[in-house]
Amino acid sequence: MTLQLGLFYLFSAVLLVSALAVVSTRNTVYSVLFLILSFVNAACLFILSGSEYLAMLLIVVYVGAIAVLFLFVVMMLNVDGGFEQNQVSRKRPLMMMISLVLMAEIFIVSKFSSVKFYEKTNLYPIDSKISNVSAIGNVLYTDFVLPFQMAGAILFVAMIGAIVLTIKDENRLLKKQNISNQVLRSRQESVEMVKVKSGQNLDI
Amino acid sequence: MIQTIHFVTLATILFCIGISGIFLNRKNVISLLMSIELMLLAININFVAFSTQMHDLVGQVFAIFVLTVAGAEAAIGLAILVTYFNHSKDIEVSNISSMKG
Repeated sequence: MTLQLGLFYLFSAVLLVSALAVVSTRNTVYSVLFLILSFVNAACLFILSGSEYLAMLLIVVYVGAIAVLFLFVVMMLNVDGGFEQNQVSRKRPLMMMISLVLMAEIFIVSKFSSVKFYEKTNLYPIDSKISNVSAIGNVLYTDFVLPFQMAGAILFVAMIGAIVLTIKDENRLLKKQNISNQVLRSRQESVEMVKVKSGQNLDI
Repeated sequence: MIQTIHFVTLATILFCIGISGIFLNRKNVISLLMSIELMLLAININFVAFSTQMHDLVGQVFAIFVLTVAGAEAAIGLAILVTYFNHSKDIEVSNISSMKG
């Protein structure tokens, strides 16, 4: 067993254990922290398989943005894990069975699959002389520029949607011009001349 | 040497853990979203594994787009969750039936 394979087993074991902890922990804050651990281990696996840019992207995007967003929402909503568990725990073996059956089916299908990879043609072969980041950049900004722009548009729409959903009307930082009020103002109701005597304050 | 079957097995197990998380934590929407993130991570592991083992770069580029969609989905889902929580002080999925769907 080479060092690479040993590291793969280590990282994947920690990844699977932390993923199990994500789905089985009652406390949601611990669950988010285990989610961060599993993302970091997946990034280590990506580095091990030679795609460094995606590993760094996983750490920056998932750990830095999404997991922190989850943590923020969990702490803001202050949801305790005190749901009643009787009804769930009675059906729990059945649900575990369903996912085990699904996993067995995927294994059986991939074991007896007749898909052949032999006639493949590499459209964008990985150049080992340049680094992973520049290889992805060369492809992403030339041939995949339209999907890249569409990904940006998806993120933009998601940002606008999140802002529209969460903002409230009463504390919206938006001052609209009310033209009829503006025109119908007169000098008498908007300006008042007050004589202030020296040494006295003024009640407004 | 790490082969593709190692990564595929890992991704399959991770995907099924995500599915069982959706089955087990039906009460808590945040756990549902985290299970969906785990499933998307499994898909990304598959893409990257096949990309590096077959020496083709498209898998990694597509994994970037999966990452984008995962980020957008998490943001929108959590925004809906915050709005619903402000509306009804409760995020149990079984109570969300006001749309009579």
